[in-house]
Amino acid sequence: MKFSLGKWLLPLYSALALIFLLVPIAYTFVFSFNNSPKGKSNVQWAGFTFDKWLNVCDAQGVCEAFVTSIVVGVIATLIATALGTLMALALARYRFRARSAISLLLFLPMATPEVVLGAGLAAQFLTAGVPKGMVTIIIAHALFCLSFVVVTVKARVASLDPALEEAGRDLYGSPAQVFWKITFPLLLPGIIAAALLSFALSFDDFIITRFNNGGVTTFPIYVYTAAARGVPAEANVIASAVFLFALILVVVSQLSSAARRKRLAKLS
Amino acid sequence: MAEGAFAEAGADLELVGIHKRFPGFTAIEDLDLRIPAGSFFALLGPSGCGKTTTLRLVAGLEQPTSGRILIGGKDVTDVKSFKRPVNTVFQSYALFPHMTVLENVAFGLRRRGIPDPLGKAHEALRLVELDHLSARRPAQLSGGQQQRVALARAVVNRPALLLLDEPLGALDLKLRRQMQLELKSIQTDVGLTFLHVTHDPEEALTMADTVAVMNKGKIEQMGAPEELYELPKTAFVANFLGQSNLFTGPVVSSKGDSIIVDIAGVKVEVPSARAQRHTDEVTIGVRPEKLMLHTEAPRKAAGVNVLGPGRVTDVSFSGVSTQYQIAIPGLGLVTVFAQNMVFGPVVNVGAEAWVAWTVDHGFGLADEPEHAPKFAADTDTATIALQTRHELLAEIEEA
Repeated sequence: MKFSLGKWLLPLYSALALIFLLVPIAYTFVFSFNNSPKGKSNVQWAGFTFDKWLNVCDAQGVCEAFVTSIVVGVIATLIATALGTLMALALARYRFRARSAISLLLFLPMATPEVVLGAGLAAQFLTAGVPKGMVTIIIAHALFCLSFVVVTVKARVASLDPALEEAGRDLYGSPAQVFWKITFPLLLPGIIAAALLSFALSFDDFIITRFNNGGVTTFPIYVYTAAARGVPAEANVIASAVFLFALILVVVSQLSSAARRKRLAKLS
Repeated sequence: MAEGAFAEAGADLELVGIHKRFPGFTAIEDLDLRIPAGSFFALLGPSGCGKTTTLRLVAGLEQPTSGRILIGGKDVTDVKSFKRPVNTVFQSYALFPHMTVLENVAFGLRRRGIPDPLGKAHEALRLVELDHLSARRPAQLSGGQQQRVALARAVVNRPALLLLDEPLGALDLKLRRQMQLELKSIQTDVGLTFLHVTHDPEEALTMADTVAVMNKGKIEQMGAPEELYELPKTAFVANFLGQSNLFTGPVVSSKGDSIIVDIAGVKVEVPSARAQRHTDEVTIGVRPEKLMLHTEAPRKAAGVNVLGPGRVTDVSFSGVSTQYQIAIPGLGLVTVFAQNMVFGPVVNVGAEAWVAWTVDHGFGLADEPEHAPKFAADTDTATIALQTRHELLAEIEEA
């Protein structure tokens, strides 16, 4: 009998790695059903209940923080995606002075440590006399999302055959018609990917937000503050719900693209 | 197809004194061209000769550095591309991948607000025999089908001028020949003016009424296919359109309608009417298929030129004909294409041979012999390297 170590080592190692990755998520999910007493920390198992899922907003401030995060995320994403798409088009399509310098500068917010970026922004808002609050959070989020949008959309623009836009012009399309009928639909997958990425980044940002939030509490800030006196199970419910929502989104998009592939294969 | 659906006639195209400079190089140098309405005109030349740039200038996708462009007598030099009565079949087809075939074809009609765009699109697709695939996306079509959709998308707009930018380049040989015939018949059907850009001499010769051979941003020679082939005026044309045997020597005398040229001691006669220059050093030529191969010294006869003896250095069989290379002392290699009238080669490698041709088949070139350019395909590595260098320099200059 031959015992092959290599044959067992890889599956074992993989299983351990997966467990390591999934334990915190599983913990959060399981404890969202914990019947922990009101106001007490959610550390000890006190029996199973659906109450926390049915009455999420009972815990002080959870839902308000969640709504704040959504509002910030949506507005920052809209700003970053709109500006970033235009910048990506300019950088990928046109040659102008300082083009490479601008590309480099756009990369900086991604490379800078968040602490530095957050502290720097806070100092600037202070100097400029801008009161901290919702507006400063949105400005900060749009700022760091912008870089990611530009990078994502630029890759899509680069893969677009310039002859398609030329064909549009050749076929009597005005510049606006060519953009909305040809360029935009072809860039859309890249723009959507960029928007999703930027929303995700904004939704879970803590460090930069912490420096610029004034009194406003986003969801990550709420969880952090609550952790000092014990995170209520309602926070687990929201975290689990967001996780499940993202998971469903991924599964649905995978299934639909598999279905489309099958349809295409049948046609040709 | 409804009779007269594409009845609108094509228009004349006129290019006057066109120059086009890009940073680092000149693509087109003083180009004058007139294409009459309804003709099938081919711009033929090696890559980088400026033919595609010419087409893009006409389409309005590039602006000339100087010169005027007139379509149907109207100056369109400053008219934006989407307002010109011109449509292009792009080399890459450039079909919109997010639209169905039908929507692709209807695109131009919709932009101009033509009534019943879908009906007219179906009609154009029937013309290229693809109406049954109108609901598909371009990615679900074969290369040849995509090419036909690109053609339908351009033709459906009934442009005064249809531009074709090497539209057959991506197809394999058999499909290309088939599409050539189809294009030609569609052009005859719809009566539009076609401007076809290609680097394939055979394609230009089979399809076009008039061919202009372009080299280094200039038109070398223009004319009907037969005329260009039988009477090339420059060494570039003589070698780009098929092959030629070229010899250089001084004109020693002229008798009647002919000039006599001394080629390494042999007197060769060329009709004066077929020679561009009649004095000093001249380059004369003859097509390889016009040469007759002799294994014994042919008898001197009026109206026939004879060179030889030489040694056969190479024999290669190519189905219809056999190609012989004969090394003649003082002249170099002479190429002969002989029809395969018998089985096996007429002569073998190493044999002694003479070549002869009827005086009427010779031609005299306009090139100054000392500058007579040896034709080099610009697909060689040195040219590609030079072009890359030009592009790099242009980019550095811009940055």
